Amino acid sequence: MLKVTNLECVRGENSLFKDINFTLEAGELLQVNGPNGSGKTSLLRILCGLAKPAYGEIQWCGNSIRSLDEEYHSVITYLGHLNGVKDNLTAIENLSISCALAGNEIDENKAYGALQYMGLGGREVLPVKVLSQGQRRRVTLARLLVCSTVLWILDEPLVALDSTAVDLVQRLLEQHLDQGGMVVMTTHQDIKVTAVLTKRLQLV
Amino acid sequence: MFLWVIKRDLLLAMRQRADVLTTLFFFVIVVSLFPLGVGPEINMLRAMAPGVVWVAALLASMLSLERMFFSDYLDGTLEQMLLSPQPLSLLVLGKALAHWLVTGVPLALIAPILGVQFDLPIDALLVLTASLLLGTPVLSLIGAIGAALTLGLRGGGVLVSLLVLPLYIPVLIFGAGAVEAISVGLGASAHLSLLGAFLLLSLVFAPWAAAAALRISLE
Amino acid sequence: MAINWFKYSSPASFYSLAGKMIPLFSIISIVLFVLGLYTGFFVAPTDFQQSEAYRIIFIHVPAAWMSMFLYLIMAGWAAIGLAFNTRLSSMIATAIAPTGAMFTFLALWTGALWGKPMWGTWWVWDARLTSELILLFLYIGFMALQAAIDDPRRADKAGAVIAIVGVVNIPIIYFSVKWWNTLHQGATVSLTQSPKMATTMLTGMLIMSLACWMYSIAVILMRTRTIILERERNTMWVSDLQGAA
Repeated sequence: MLKVTNLECVRGENSLFKDINFTLEAGELLQVNGPNGSGKTSLLRILCGLAKPAYGEIQWCGNSIRSLDEEYHSVITYLGHLNGVKDNLTAIENLSISCALAGNEIDENKAYGALQYMGLGGREVLPVKVLSQGQRRRVTLARLLVCSTVLWILDEPLVALDSTAVDLVQRLLEQHLDQGGMVVMTTHQDIKVTAVLTKRLQLV
Repeated sequence: MFLWVIKRDLLLAMRQRADVLTTLFFFVIVVSLFPLGVGPEINMLRAMAPGVVWVAALLASMLSLERMFFSDYLDGTLEQMLLSPQPLSLLVLGKALAHWLVTGVPLALIAPILGVQFDLPIDALLVLTASLLLGTPVLSLIGAIGAALTLGLRGGGVLVSLLVLPLYIPVLIFGAGAVEAISVGLGASAHLSLLGAFLLLSLVFAPWAAAAALRISLE
Repeated sequence: MAINWFKYSSPASFYSLAGKMIPLFSIISIVLFVLGLYTGFFVAPTDFQQSEAYRIIFIHVPAAWMSMFLYLIMAGWAAIGLAFNTRLSSMIATAIAPTGAMFTFLALWTGALWGKPMWGTWWVWDARLTSELILLFLYIGFMALQAAIDDPRRADKAGAVIAIVGVVNIPIIYFSVKWWNTLHQGATVSLTQSPKMATTMLTGMLIMSLACWMYSIAVILMRTRTIILERERNTMWVSDLQGAA
């Protein structure tokens, strides 16, 4: 379980947010809302350990994520606003390599299945650079299908997706939460995800 | 995981062969410019050859450093690597090794041909290749620190040269020194062993420093 | 007497402490410079081999010493800043770099001036001169890297990494250059056999080194104060300072 206490983030000279406190238990969803520049992305980067907070602590199952370090990385999946796919690799290569680098090697059938599910059937061996923005996003999101992590940290996962894909993601999230996973996400779009408990965090 | 990084970077290099060839031709052209600059007097050229080839190799290796992390930084894959459950220094080691395979090894293999232009004897050519094979991985490893520190900075390419070229000096001295030693009949084993020692040292320390630098640059 | 050292690790209290210390170090430094230069130019005897030209060592040698010490000290502060996340240490490291580079340049410049009458040429690829030149490159790299980074926190940490890497490499570089130099030893004069020095020469040089130390401390404190003001310009205590002035 994730526990955040008195988190403060400073960007340049001004404090983006401070005194952020929340806990997240199995099956819970945290939606982070706020206008542009309110620090949503910074918060998510701090939560996954890429950035250090100016003040405060983040604990995973009672241990600071600083001390867990790589151990913590093996329980989270972070999808940032950058897609994290290589233009010159094919969709299937991107998926299997990014999974392998995340310490989760998958076989080819599984990878094909995931891309199929994300509606990329027939485009698996095309280099990603010829795909549209929405299709690239789908390649990125396909990782969620094959990963076995507990905590998903998603930064605007719905950007550039059409309504079919939004439905897919919604079902994917519900399934994950249903199985006792946790999700922290930011989004500007309206998405109805049923969870054990949906928490909202408003940044100003 | 380590192997996956190497595999991935080699695959990417294969898809962008032009980048690899550009570095190689840069090396060839720089070396070929020297006789035009100093005149075709063969004794002078023979004396200059080790230094010329090595300086050109230094520059070629340095110019391709930006490739090591920059495109991964732009498309977000570097961010994902930082979140990998494997130690980051291992990843950096993989990337430096891949960089060496696509720059250092081709340079070392083509160097004997360039050495012939400078009328180097056979044994000197062999030592030249050996010294490049031992020395260029050090360049990739030290270069990784510079590339990681200057990630995403304006003027990063020029800045990296200021940072890493002074650190390349020992490799230059012993790399070129090895070829020179064999030319004057002294034997190159001392030089080559020292290059090997540098390689071991940089294998131990550079990935760690570069990993720290990456964390700083991506924060 | 127990002093609370941590009190001075906060930029605000360091700022006022440094302000009090600067005049002290400046005065000591000026007195020592006058004393040292007087000893060097008027008291120390003329060298029988090098006549008057040798007197440049009263500046050259202390400058060369300072250039090396300051790099070590700079890397030390930077490392402390990186390890313990203390902002002040990193600021001091940043403040040391220009002074260190200045002394390195001075050592090279006076070395060239000394070389002309000694060896008939401005520059020889002597191991020490070459190492000093490389040291200048290391200083420039450190400063250029910090200057290129807008975020001061990242600049501090990145600078620390390159300074530490530099410190690890300095012995290797020096050793390599020395090896290289002995291999290519041609007609150059060896610098290592310095003629036996008269006591007054040594005294003059020591006074000059001390003067350089005091000067460095004073200048570094001044520069640190400027950096503190620049970085903390939006804090309460700086506005209070402005209100008082």
